[in-house]
Amino acid sequence: MNTGNWQWDTFFEAFPLILEGLGITLGLTVATYLFALIFGFVWTLLSAVRIKPLRWLFRWIMEFIRSTPPLVQLFFIFFAWPMVPVVGFAMSPFISAIIGLGVHFSTYIGEVYRSGIEAVDKGQWEAARALNFSTGHKWSKIIIPQAIPPTIPMLGNYLIIMFKEIPLASTIGVAGILNLANSYGAANFRYLEPLTIVAILFLVLSYPSAILINKLERKMNRRFDKKEPTGSKSLSEEEKEGAVS
Amino acid sequence: MTESIVSYKDVHKSFGDTEVLTGINLDIKPAEKVAVIGPSGSGKTTIIRMLMTLEEPTSGNIIVDGSNLWHMEKNGQLVPANEKHLRQVRGDIGMVFQHFNLFPHMTILDNCMSAPVHVQKVDKKEAKQLSIEMLEKVGLGDKLDSYPSQLSGGQKQRVAMARALVMRPKVMLFDEVTSALDPELVGEVLEVIRDIAKEGEMAMVLVTHEMEFARDIADRVLFLDNGVIAEQGPPADVLENSTNERLQSFLHRFRS
Amino acid sequence: MQGLRITIEVLIGSIILGYLMAFIAGFCRLSKNPIIKYMTIFYVEVFRGTSLIVQLFWLFYALPILFGIDLGSDYLAGILAIGLNYGAYMSEVVRGSILSVAKGQTEAATALNMSRFQRMRLVIFPQAVRMMLPEFGNYLIQMLKATSLVSLIGMADILYYGDILRGNNLSQAPTVYFLVLVFYFIMALPLIWLTRKMEAASKKGVAS
Repeated sequence: MNTGNWQWDTFFEAFPLILEGLGITLGLTVATYLFALIFGFVWTLLSAVRIKPLRWLFRWIMEFIRSTPPLVQLFFIFFAWPMVPVVGFAMSPFISAIIGLGVHFSTYIGEVYRSGIEAVDKGQWEAARALNFSTGHKWSKIIIPQAIPPTIPMLGNYLIIMFKEIPLASTIGVAGILNLANSYGAANFRYLEPLTIVAILFLVLSYPSAILINKLERKMNRRFDKKEPTGSKSLSEEEKEGAVS
Repeated sequence: MTESIVSYKDVHKSFGDTEVLTGINLDIKPAEKVAVIGPSGSGKTTIIRMLMTLEEPTSGNIIVDGSNLWHMEKNGQLVPANEKHLRQVRGDIGMVFQHFNLFPHMTILDNCMSAPVHVQKVDKKEAKQLSIEMLEKVGLGDKLDSYPSQLSGGQKQRVAMARALVMRPKVMLFDEVTSALDPELVGEVLEVIRDIAKEGEMAMVLVTHEMEFARDIADRVLFLDNGVIAEQGPPADVLENSTNERLQSFLHRFRS
Repeated sequence: MQGLRITIEVLIGSIILGYLMAFIAGFCRLSKNPIIKYMTIFYVEVFRGTSLIVQLFWLFYALPILFGIDLGSDYLAGILAIGLNYGAYMSEVVRGSILSVAKGQTEAATALNMSRFQRMRLVIFPQAVRMMLPEFGNYLIQMLKATSLVSLIGMADILYYGDILRGNNLSQAPTVYFLVLVFYFIMALPLIWLTRKMEAASKKGVAS
């Protein structure tokens, strides 16, 4: 077993092998994200049902999913679900990952939608009523178009967060970059280079996206006429002007 | 002739490319009450903010009680002041802000006690007694344990004055202290300033839009325009008998 | 259940290290010294930009090779990875909170002739901490969830024992994993309660 220092040979040998997993990692990210976006709506609806005990129950289920580890949920879906009597059936690692991680993050996405809807000005609801809109029209024409755009930066952030949680799927055998790096390490007794490659790939992909989201957020804030997230910034600007008065 | 407590010597100040103050020369005597008036953007506030060390002059000197505020001597040369030097010199100066700037996480009493205890190292008991005295003087002796968020704007501003007064400054600066207040609360704050002014030995510089008030309490009124002191003198001369056209049109806007 | 102890030990270790790093890195990013500042930015961005599970494996396998440092135990790798990762995230909370204390507060403290250190200690920091509390609470729960990863480097935590139980009797898998989830949830409950408390506390005495 070679325990020497950094070896460029290994690095270049492992790089193309690991890169092959990037497609799967990215594909899984997108699929899981779409699943979470759609399933998030379900949570938003369920946590707004009118029957109080039911609403209470759904909110606790959300809380349960949100505050327990996604890794365990993943294991549950992959290892345990097929054993569940009657409804259980086996799924491929890829599908299990989409469902396991997708459900976990959908509880967060559902909260994002809810905050977006709650942020719509009360006057808008009243205006919809005053104009005698039907319930369907009220939601599709007035509430949703105003509730979703301001949440886009937050949704973007969750895409990056999920991207970084996706390697959890390597534990149930999805052949993403981490999985390939670990198999390379096990086969060649060298973990340093392959794992470094994985880290670099994550950094290269997530850092620019984070900057992009940040820019988007600022643009959105301006467009929706909101103050900068730090409420005091407006004060300091006010004082800067005051200083010259 | 008495020695000045503060003197500005050819002070300039620029923000970016715009030069706001283009050569301020000003002497303030101990116990003198000076009101500064002028259109917005004329740099009134900047003058006192430089004295409080919140803004650094672009050039020129400010002398406080014989010491150069923004410069210090090092190996026989004048170099820009460091934090330690600034702290030594600005100890004689107090300031009240337009937006009060009370510490929201402290009670009214703690707001007043914080500086004497931590900065002047006054005994805690003594600081407390002094603070209570000051708060009673501004009419808030019954609010000692309230938090700033529980007070009205006028009350907040009176606390801010008590907080500055417990430091026993030789010069007090008032930065448009009534402009953030609802009109019906302005009176109570002006009343307190009047009381402080009557007591005497402290010099005061008031940046203000209250012309009547300026006439009442000031020994001298400065009219600031285009980055310089365009007109100065006793209130009656400046506010009534001046021939300066820009000053007249400025005053006219206030009367109408 | 034996695994409970390991999970709680790793959690407490990570929380201590995480908060410590949050304050150290948060303050260092505000430093005027460019070397300190950029080294901190590097630390924060690397740990935020790569995945926690990758960091965990890297610290476990790669660090001993690269620097010849034998971390000695999987304990250390686990706590280091979780603490450094969440420390990086929370340092942004620390920095943001300090920066968002109104500028007028610093000015008022200057007008009272406080030193730079006194301004931070007496005026800025107490207000910033109140703003940090809700986010800090949320990260407690995130760290609890993250501890489940240490089973992957062979630590005998709850999940690890769950896996063993499942191995013994495959048909028990649903019960076993459900129980594991319930255990985590029971541990999360006090943290959820604490987070709500912290949110309530932060609402008091900030508005000016």
